[in-house]
Formats: sequence, C-alpha cells, structure tokens
Amino acid sequence: MSVDWYLVVSALVFAVGAIGVLTRRNPLVILLCLELMLNAANIALIAFARMWGNAEGQIFAIIVMVVAACEVCIGLGLVVAIFRRRLPIDVDEIRELHG
Amino acid sequence: MQTSAWLILLFPLAGTLINSLGYRALPARVVGWIGTAAIFGAFVAAVATFIALHDRSEEHKQVVYTAWKYADTAGVDGTLSILIDPLSIFMALVVTGVSTLIHLYSVAYLSSDRGYARFFAYLNYFVFSMLLLVLAANFLILIVGWAFVGAASYLLISFWYRRTTATSAGIKAFVINVVGDVGLVLGTFFIFRHSGTLDFLGTFDSAKQDFATHEGALTAGLILLLVGAFAKSAQVPLHTWLPDAMEGPTPVSALIHAATMVTAGVYLIARMHPLFELSDAASLVGAIVGCVTLLIAGTIGLAVTDLKRVIAYSTMSQIGYMIMGVSAGAYVAGLFHLMTHAFFKALLFMAAGSIISAMGGEQSLDRMGGFRRAMPFTFISFVVGGLALSAVPPFSGFFSKDEILGDIGSRGGGWWVLYVLGYVGAFLTALYTWRMIFSAFWGEPVPEARELEEGHLHHAEAPFNPQTGEIEDTDVGFPGPEHHIAEREFEMRGAMTLLAVLAVVGGIVQIPFVTNWLEHFLDPTFADSRFGAGPSDTLTVIGMIVATIVAAAGIYTAYVVWVLRPGTSARVRERLAPAYRLFVNKWYFDEIIDLLVVRPFAWLGRFGQQTFERVVVDGLLVGGTTNIVKAGSAAARALENGFVRAYAALLVLGVVGVALYFLIQSA
Amino acid sequence: MSEVLFFIAGIGAVCGAIGVVMVRNPFYAVLALVFHLLSLAALFLLLQAQFVAAAQVVVYAGAVMVLYVFVVAYVGGAEPPRLRAPVGRGQRAAAVVFGLALFVELAIAVLGSGLKAISTDGPTVGAGFGSPAQIGELLLTKFLLPFEVASFLLLIAAVGAVVLARRRGGIGEDAEAIAVTDFARPLNTGTMAEAVGRRSPGERVGITGGER
Repeated sequence: MSVDWYLVVSALVFAVGAIGVLTRRNPLVILLCLELMLNAANIALIAFARMWGNAEGQIFAIIVMVVAACEVCIGLGLVVAIFRRRLPIDVDEIRELHG
Repeated sequence: MQTSAWLILLFPLAGTLINSLGYRALPARVVGWIGTAAIFGAFVAAVATFIALHDRSEEHKQVVYTAWKYADTAGVDGTLSILIDPLSIFMALVVTGVSTLIHLYSVAYLSSDRGYARFFAYLNYFVFSMLLLVLAANFLILIVGWAFVGAASYLLISFWYRRTTATSAGIKAFVINVVGDVGLVLGTFFIFRHSGTLDFLGTFDSAKQDFATHEGALTAGLILLLVGAFAKSAQVPLHTWLPDAMEGPTPVSALIHAATMVTAGVYLIARMHPLFELSDAASLVGAIVGCVTLLIAGTIGLAVTDLKRVIAYSTMSQIGYMIMGVSAGAYVAGLFHLMTHAFFKALLFMAAGSIISAMGGEQSLDRMGGFRRAMPFTFISFVVGGLALSAVPPFSGFFSKDEILGDIGSRGGGWWVLYVLGYVGAFLTALYTWRMIFSAFWGEPVPEARELEEGHLHHAEAPFNPQTGEIEDTDVGFPGPEHHIAEREFEMRGAMTLLAVLAVVGGIVQIPFVTNWLEHFLDPTFADSRFGAGPSDTLTVIGMIVATIVAAAGIYTAYVVWVLRPGTSARVRERLAPAYRLFVNKWYFDEIIDLLVVRPFAWLGRFGQQTFERVVVDGLLVGGTTNIVKAGSAAARALENGFVRAYAALLVLGVVGVALYFLIQSA
Repeated sequence: MSEVLFFIAGIGAVCGAIGVVMVRNPFYAVLALVFHLLSLAALFLLLQAQFVAAAQVVVYAGAVMVLYVFVVAYVGGAEPPRLRAPVGRGQRAAAVVFGLALFVELAIAVLGSGLKAISTDGPTVGAGFGSPAQIGELLLTKFLLPFEVASFLLLIAAVGAVVLARRRGGIGEDAEAIAVTDFARPLNTGTMAEAVGRRSPGERVGITGGER
C-alpha cells in the first residue's frame, strides 16, 4: 500500500482521539484517548520513515513512546491522588482552578 | 505724569489688598479710614494728572502709558495700557471725588455692621475696577474693567448675604450684566475684525478707511456694544436689575447705582464716538432707547412706594437723558449731566439713607411723613438734591439737562420729537422727585418723627427685611444693630455738605453765554466730532425758559397733589386704574422676561438634567461604557470556568485554526 | 497480500479507537486500546519497522497498559452519576464538530498535497531497514543525546509518580475521627467482578454465606 493510506488511518485515529478527549468525563478514559492521539502520530512518523527510506522517523516514534509512557505515569499518579482524597473522579466536578 | 497716572489705579488697589488681607490685624474703624484715604489718594493723583495734562500742548493731550504687553501674536495686540486724555481724566476725577465722599459717609453709616472691613475692601475694589474701565486704552482692558465692575456690583448688592432678597438681586444684576458683557465682547470682535487693532486711538484713527465698505459690520458691532452699555446703564429692556439692586446698603446705591457704574455705558458711547458717528443707525438706536427709558422710568417713579426704588428709577431716567445725549452727538452735555447727576444723586441717596435710619429700617414712602422738624439737615439735603434733579435754575442739574436737550434740538428733523419728549420727561422728573420729598417731609409727623424730635432714635422691636418683612438678626450677613442719621454723625454730614455745595454750584463750569470751561477742557477728545456746533442762541434761550416753566409746573403739581389736597393721588389712582397698574408693576418687564427668557432656560435645564443627563450621558455613555467592559469581562470570565473539557475544546479549536492557516497558505 | 493485511490491521486500529471512545466502562476501554495497539503493531510491521512494532507490543501494550489496568482496578469503574447540572451542554456536539474538522483538515492535507508525492511505496530498502541493529546504531551515534534525555525523562516521571501518589506525612497523619464508612470499600472496588460493577459489595461469595 502506498504511504497515503497509512496517513489517512493516522488522521482518522487522531480525530477519534480528539473527540474522545472532548467527550468523556472520566479522566482515565481521557488519558486513554490521549494515547490514541499519540499513537496516531506514531503511525504517521513510521509511514514517512518508510517513504524516505530513512530510519530516523522510527527513532522519533520510539522517543514518542517513551514520552507517552512518562505522561501516563504522571497522569495516573494524579488520578490516584484524587481518588485518595475521596473526590469524585469526574473532570466536570474538579474545577476549583477557575477564574 | 506717568507716575500720577498709575497711582490713580494703584491707590485703590492697595486699599483693597490692605483691607482684605489685614483686617484682622487692624482695629475696627481704621479699616474705614484706610479705604477712604486710598480713594482720596487716587483723587489727589487724578488732580495731579489733570494739572500735568493741562500743561501739555493741544496736540499732545492724548497719552498712552503701557505697563506691559500680554500678547503680540496673530495680530492681537493685548497690552496693559492706560489712556490719559481729557475724557478719561474727567471721568477719573468724578469717580474718585464722589467715591471719596461716599467712603467718608460709609465710615459712619455702616460702623455697626459686622462686615465693615469686607465692605470697604469691596468698595475699594469697585473703585479700582471703575478706574480701570475709564482709564483703559484698549478694548482688552476695557472689557476687563467692565467685568470687574460687574463682579464688584454683585459682591456689594448681596453684601447682606443672609438676606435672600439681596442675594437674588445680586444674581439678577450679575446675570443681566453678563448679557451685556457678551454684547461688549462680540461688538469688540466685530470692530476688531476690520480694524486689526484693539487699541482705541489706533482704531479711531483708521476708522473711516476700515469701515468704508463694512458699514453693516460696524453697525452690528456698535449695536452689540450698545447692548453692553444698556445692560450696565440699566436701560430698557436690560434695566430690571437696577431697582432690585437697592437691596444693597445705601452707600452702595449711591456710589455704584447712581454716580459711577451705571454711567459706564455713557462713557463707552462717548469714548467710541468716532465709530458712532460713522453709523447713523447705531446712534439712532441709542438715542431712541435712551428716550424710551427716561419716559418709562419716569412713569414708574410716580407709582412705586419704596423710597430707594423711586430714586433708582430716577437714576434710570437721568441716564436715559445721558445716553440720548451722547448718542445724538451731545458729548460734552452728556458728560456734564453725568457729573452733576453724580453730585445730586449721591446726595439724594445719602439723605435717603439717613431717613431710612430714622425710620428704623423702614423704606416705604407711605409710612413716612413730617420729618421736616426732626431732621433738618437731611431735609435741606433732600431739597437741594431735589431741586438740582428737577432742573431748577440756578442748580447744576438745570444747566446740564438743558444743554443735552438743546444739542438734540439743534440736530433738527426727527430729533425734535426727542426734544419734546425730553421736556415731558423733565416734567415727570420734577413730579416724582417732589412727590418723594413732600411725602417724606410734609404732613403729620409719623411716630418715628415724633420720637426723633424728642431726641430718641427709633428702633424697630426686631430687625426686619424692608421688602418682605421677615425677621432677621444683626449678626454678620445682615445689617448691623445701630442706625445712623446725618444729624448725629459728623462724617455723614461732611460728605453730604460737600455734595450739596457741588450740586448747587456745579453748573458753573458750563453756563450758557458765560462759561464753557468743560467744553474747552474736553475739546481735544471730541475735536474730531462733526456735531460740535451746538444749539443756536435762540434755541438755548427758549430751552432755558421752557425748562424753568416745566420744572416749576412739576413742583407745583406735586405740591397740590401731595400737600394741599391729600386725597388727590388716591382719586387719580382710581380714575386711571389701568395706567396705575401698569406703572406700579413696572410695565411688567419682569414678568415678560420671566416668560420669554427665564422659563425656557429653566425648562432647558430640566430637560438637560432629566433626559439628556440621565438617559444619554449616564445611561448610554457612562453606563454603556461600563456595560461593555462588564460584558467583556463576563465573556473573558466564561473562558476560565475550570472546566477541563472546555479548555481542551479551545485547544483543539486553536489547532484546527492553525492547520487551516497552513492549508490555505500552501494552496 | 499486504493490502489485505493492511485493511485488516487498519480496520482493527480504527475500531479499537472508536471502542476506546465509546465504551462506558473504563476497563473495557483499556482492553479496546490494547486491541488498537496490537493492530498498530501489525501496521508497523507492514511498514518495515520491526523493532518499533516489537517495542510497541512489549512496552506499550505490555507494560503501560498493565499499569493502566492496575489503576482502573484500584480507582473504580463506571462514570459516576452526575451530581450537578450538566456543564457544557454543547460540549458533545462541539466535540464532534471539532473532531470532524480536524479529520477533514488532515485528510485535505494528505490527499491534497500532491498525491504523486506521497502515494508512493517508498524506495526499496535493504533487509536491515528497521532492524534492531540499525535502530541501535542510530540511537547510540546520531541520536545519543535524545536517548539520554529520554532516559532522564523516564527517571523524572517515575520519581514524580511516586511523589504524587504517596501518603503525605507518614503514619498517624489522619487524626480524624474513624467512621464505619472508612472501612467500607467504595462502590465497585475490590475483585474484578466488583470492578466490572455487576455485583454489589454485599454479594461477595462467602460473606453472607449464600451463593448467587
């Protein structure tokens, strides 16, 4: 398959991830959707690496995975902390940082 | 001469400053003497300047001294300059001379008033302003002096500031004066536009060429100047402030509203005579208004009962003569009458002050009577002043009034109407003057007179406002507790004696066929006038005879009506009820002005406040601005709601926007 | 052959993504994401990125998602009932619109940017392309700095996670009154079944003595 098909898949997954981030109320699921978006970016990177015949895109994708892992760590740590405080796990309810 | 000329101005200014700043440090009476001394110093300086001027040759009798230049850009030459010429020195002498005597009178008259120092500060300030006005060498200083004099008048009319009638009268005078100021300034502008200079002598010298093609502008400017003159000199229809101005203390009435301020209009026309002679229309307007005023004032003087107001209307009437005279080209005659009028009118006011004191503050003629034996000195002063006012020979008023009418008659044509009306006015003058004198001094002595004959000066149980009768007290802002009559106060007697002597012999400067000192003195100023001819000898003699007859007839009629047959005036009042109502209501001028001017402005003010201010300014402009800010803040606040998903949505929106931008760019 | 595999993997990826978004229970959402990641690994293999595919399965699906499962089990399940009025009423509609807009833009970018340029299969590459040897060589020569920085980032994240989720102040900090509810577990915690939410707490086998 030519590379543009992979890019279409990437775009689709990215859009679905964006919709998920905006729609779901559970912060865990929001983090999952963020992972979706990162993975979409990974597809695009790998596809372009293949297109240019250059493995640098794959290195980039590995680093993106590392970053995603770190971010999941921190995000889940936050959710655990919120849960420990007995606050509801709902982004709509946690809105004390408002203007 | 320069020193003495500036000293004329500086003495009263020093007097004001010393009195107003140092009154706490100075003992009570000293303030009065300082004020009087200041004006006397100015008088001496004026005499010195007069002598110095006399020594100069004919061509050099108009001198300008400049202190400094305010502005010399864009063609406006504003300088602080004074003009010393016969006319201004004449006015300065009259003003300072009569003012000195009035200050002397006030030293005693107001000695128990709690606002004594303030009075003398104001009075000196007034004299300073008046001198600034008459000595001005350009329109700028004239306008400044004009405005200052108006302010001084307001301060002095509402001197007893806790009396509502006095403060209302002060405001009324000031507002009408401001109308005149507007006319003066606009008129100056009209003239300045074509003459290019504010300086008097410069304007007059080039007047013929400047206005050769701009007759309309000249006439308009002069009529506007006349509006200013009418407001200041209380001519119809801007006269309504003068009777109300009698709320001020009697010396104020004597000085400002008889001898000096109200004559400023006459001075203005005399000073601007080169311009007036170029415009027949403006001169005609001045003459007609003067004539109308003298008749209307004369009729009102027959009907009103307040003593000071009768004298006020008499002032209005006499100034009508002066305005008529100087508008018709009779400059010397008009100024002569100005001088004699200052003498006898100030005298009359002083005597009126004395008799009001004797009545314990009561001012109504109906309540007075039979003071002849109780107050002999006041009586004689009244008689002397009355005879001079009625133009009985050989008193000064006779010669001056006669000369005005003679000069008017000599112009011929339509001016004969004014000539005849002038003599009608003279009859009315004699009539109301002697009505006043007979009512107050003949007949059965009223209780106050009887008390005084026994040596006890009447005091009302409680001090009261003579107009409304409401009870007052004698603290500062109201008249003082004591009343002072001439018979008991040396200063008052001294001032009145001097004025009486001047009223008797003042005519000597210009007796027809005998002397013409005044005309000769004023000649350098009025040499360029085309009306120098004067009446023929026959006309002069006819005038003198007619004047004597008219005066005698007036006095006799008054005697008959008010002494011989006491009920006559009541019967005449019934018979001519509509006329009487018209006169006693002052020809309804106050009501007309209220309807035409005061009410529309009050409505405008209310409209402005309720509709415009509230709805437009507060609601739309101020309210609108704040509401826009509030709405903006609310919108901004809505972005910071702590709602994570909203933030994420904005993020995505931003990304979409940026991607769109790049898409479009690359397309 | 590769086209068929591509379509299977592609559809799998998209269905996994949609599953993540639409499934109510977060546990099932995690499972959907795991499926998505495996499809993605297949796609990577098709693109000659063997090492990345392996890393994806081992690291991402193997480690990160397991971590997710732990936390979901600990924290709990379904979206709690709304206590207040819904905020952002237009949120769902706006979300769909924005997502669609994103997709459309990206599609335009992809499809409109000269199909000639990207509708290529790419140059023929040797067998070593995408192999661990090549990746390793690149990581340790050309991309040494990002490699080291990434490891440093991992360290920070680990420390950060510990800091965030620890108990503050040690034992004895909560000097509040102890209530019975402190000992009662929140809803749907505990065993897997409870996490799923099908059993109420009292229905645990063995407590009440009855078996359903």
